[in-house]
Formats: sequence, structure tokens, C-alpha cells
Amino acid sequence: MATIAPLAEAVAHVVRDGDTVAFEGFTHLIPFAAGHEVIRQGRRDLTLVRMTPDVLYDQLIGAGCARKLVFSWGGNPGVGSLHRFRDAVQHGWPNPLELEEHSHAGMANRYVAAASGLPFAVMRGYTGTDLPAQTANIKSVTCPFTGEVLTAVAALSLDAAVVHAQRADRQGNVQLWGITGVQKEAVLAATRSLVTVEEIVDELEPRPGAVVLPSWVIDYVAEAPGGAHPSYAHDYSVRDNDFYLAWDEISRDRDKFAQWLESVA
Amino acid sequence: MTDDSEYTSDEMMTVAASRALRDGAVCFVGIGLPSTAANLARRTHAENLVLIYESGTIGAKPDRLPLSIGDGVLADTAVSVVGVPEIFNYWLQPGRIDVGFLGAAQLDRFGNINTTVIGGDYRNPGVRLPGAGGAPEIAASCREVVVVVRQTARAFVDRVDFVTSFGFGSGPGEREKLGLTGAGPQLVITDLGVLRPDPRTCELVLVQLHPGVEVETVRERTGWDLKLADDLGRTEPPTDRELAVLRALKH
Repeated sequence: MATIAPLAEAVAHVVRDGDTVAFEGFTHLIPFAAGHEVIRQGRRDLTLVRMTPDVLYDQLIGAGCARKLVFSWGGNPGVGSLHRFRDAVQHGWPNPLELEEHSHAGMANRYVAAASGLPFAVMRGYTGTDLPAQTANIKSVTCPFTGEVLTAVAALSLDAAVVHAQRADRQGNVQLWGITGVQKEAVLAATRSLVTVEEIVDELEPRPGAVVLPSWVIDYVAEAPGGAHPSYAHDYSVRDNDFYLAWDEISRDRDKFAQWLESVA
Repeated sequence: MTDDSEYTSDEMMTVAASRALRDGAVCFVGIGLPSTAANLARRTHAENLVLIYESGTIGAKPDRLPLSIGDGVLADTAVSVVGVPEIFNYWLQPGRIDVGFLGAAQLDRFGNINTTVIGGDYRNPGVRLPGAGGAPEIAASCREVVVVVRQTARAFVDRVDFVTSFGFGSGPGEREKLGLTGAGPQLVITDLGVLRPDPRTCELVLVQLHPGVEVETVRERTGWDLKLADDLGRTEPPTDRELAVLRALKH
């Protein structure tokens, strides 16, 4: 059963120094409030995992929380580059950042393998590209039935997964809908998990296309209304595209970023 | 018809890219220029174009241009919304998609795409780019690939610094040897013209110039000895309707 707790307490239990942790959300339901709490708690040496590390990961990297990033696309969607991410990779500021990079299909399958309790997943992917040469987690495998050579990707097991959802009931069952990304897979791939929600309700009314995560696969649920901002929670808020545009200027400059960081702390 | 001065080269590129999409095709759409062109096509000649975004939205019909591949309007208007593992494994991987519509930071004479690093080496790059996203598998598995990219000498190189998405490798027969089922990049649309791979050599050749563009300009902005098609054509300028719809989309 999930424990329903205040955000700071839940984050302190779930995210620890040195963890391999995913804050998932495919442009939708990105757990910004939880990520900012991780910055406030001063977590260090995290291996940050996410398919689409965008502004939240730029913030965590700039704040010095990360040692390594495992990802498939690192940019500010529709805007451009992540300047804190670039500064860390190109200049080691505020500390060097190790990269492990995949394609979206590769990352998705790595989560699926971990969620399924398998050591790897099989896919058609990366063929002919320079990506497999840069990581030990992409190899080939021969099909035992047909002899065909396919791509194998290692399971992506997490110490912790943090996701945001629209709502939970008082038992800690969680419901999310709209673009559901890889949140279910990330939670099931993790040893510890935290779900922040827009609201806690008496009963979860069925929603078309919703994913429901039962309470007993989640460790902590924390209420965090607006906790996905500047990302959004479908039927609760809209994406704050202006913030994503404004972030470009903030993150370009170390001093401006430092000012932003103070506003979070 | 519209006078040349009444539209920008970016508008010409987007219009030319939209015309490449036939009505009824199923199209896996990247964000940015490809998404703009695909949405223009759906509002002009290709009403039944099926748009699939990697966020898992199948058959999205956005009434305004999404800034990201995960804007709420895509989910609200989609026929179906599925998770990310499903969109890649069930929908893209088996070869159900007609057209993969991609952008590029760097593109080479054999249609290989780089969106990873430019200059230096991988661990210590000159410029770090966003990375692969969905492109490697889109480039591999769609029946064909259309690339939309602004033509500059920096972007159009002889060999990409890093192969993020495979085109034709270093020439004929490589896709087949690797077991790739899709036909690869069949069309490259830029702000200057249109390129296609020569079926014999797999090298991208200029097949069409946009209005007012000289061959010399295209050559200056191409990092290899660009060959011209025997029947080099001219793109029809954007129609008033295409321009009106495109501009309305952007507002």
C-alpha cells in the first residue's frame, strides 16, 4: 500500500544520493514539483534517467544534482537546446556529466524489460547507426527460432521512479490519462516509487484511455496541485509554452540560472 | 500565383514538403518543420493524411500547431492515444507507417542524419546536439523517409560526423545488407530546392529548384560535389491558398 505523505517527506524517502532515478513524463505530466524538492534537499551524484530530459533535467543538472544522464533526446521541445545540459557536457559546469544515450524505441524497450523482470528486450533498432558503439547496453542477439540477428537492449532497472498523475484515491491508487508516455513502465521498473498528483479524491471515476497504477506497486503518493507546471496535467492545466520559451534565456546564462535557482530554494 | 517576393524561403520549403505527402498516407511526424508541413498538407490537399506523433497520439488532428510532440491538443484530437513503448513496437517497428517525416542538424550525400554531436569526438564534442529521439527507428522502419532541412554548407556535408539515423550508409546495397525493410530517404526538401537519391548510386542529387534560386547557390551550400538531375525542374511557387493556410496555422 502506498503511503500518502507531504511532498518533502515523500521525496526524502524515495530519492537518495547516488540513486539511479527517473522523473518520467513525455512532455505531459512532468513531475516538476518533486524535482524541485530534490534540488532543495540537495541530492547529489544522481544518475538521472529519462527519455526526454527537458527543462526539469536542465534544472537538476545545473543545480549539481546529477553525475550521469541516461536519455534519448535532450532538448527544450519546440524551442532548442538545453544550455545547462550543454554547459555540463561541453565545460563540466557545475560538474562533469557522463552521458549514456539511446533512441526513444531503445529506452522504451529498456523500461519494458525492467518492468517485465527480464534482463533485456529484443527489438529492431539502431541498425547501421553509430549509437551502439558508445554504450555496453546495446548488443545484438540471434533469434533462436529463425536465426535472424536482432538488437538486444539491457533492462533499465531503477532505484527510484517519480511521476506525476491527475489523481489518486485515499488508498493511493493512481489514475493518469492523456499522453501516458512510459510512466507505468518506469514505476514498475523501480525499487522505490513516488507519484505526485493534482488531487486526492474519494473515488476514481473511470476515464477513457486512463492508466491505473494500483496502490500496492507505489511507495508514496503526495498531493502537489500544479506540480507538473510548466508541463501540464491533461484536463487540469495547459502547457505553459511561454515558460519553455523564457527558459531558453534563463538557462543560457550561469548568473541568470543562479537567480532562478535561488527562487526555488 | 503569387509573386516571388511575397513569401519567404522557409514558407516555400514548408509548402514543398507538404505537397510531398499524399492524401491517405500514414505519416510519423517529427516536431518543428515536419509537423508544420504535415499539418499544412492535412488542411490543403491531403485531408485524410494520418498523423502519428511519437508521444503515442495516432490520427491527431490539431487545430493549431503544437509546440511539442506532446501538446494536449494532439491527445484531444487523436483517434487513439497509446503509450510510448506501444507506438514504437506495435505501430512503427512492423512497417505499418508509409512516411517518416524528419528534420536533421547534419545530412550527408547518402542521406545519413546526424542529430548527436558535431566536431571533436563523441566524448568531447564541439557541439552537443539533442540526440536521437525517435529518428533511428523512424528512418529504418517507415516505408520511405522525407527529410525537411534548411540547406547550409554546415548542414549538408560529405559525411556526417556521427550517424544517428541511417540513410544509405556509404552507398548502394547497404540497407539491404543490414536487413532494413524501409526504402530510406527518398526525398530531401530544403529552402533552396528538392533532392532525391540517384537509384543507382544512392547519392542525393538536385532534382528541383525553388523559384528564383540559382544552381550556384545550392552548390555553395552543399559540402559535396552536387550532381544535378538531367531533367532539373522548378518548384511551383506557393499558391495564395497554401500561404494563407500556412500563415493561419502559425497564429
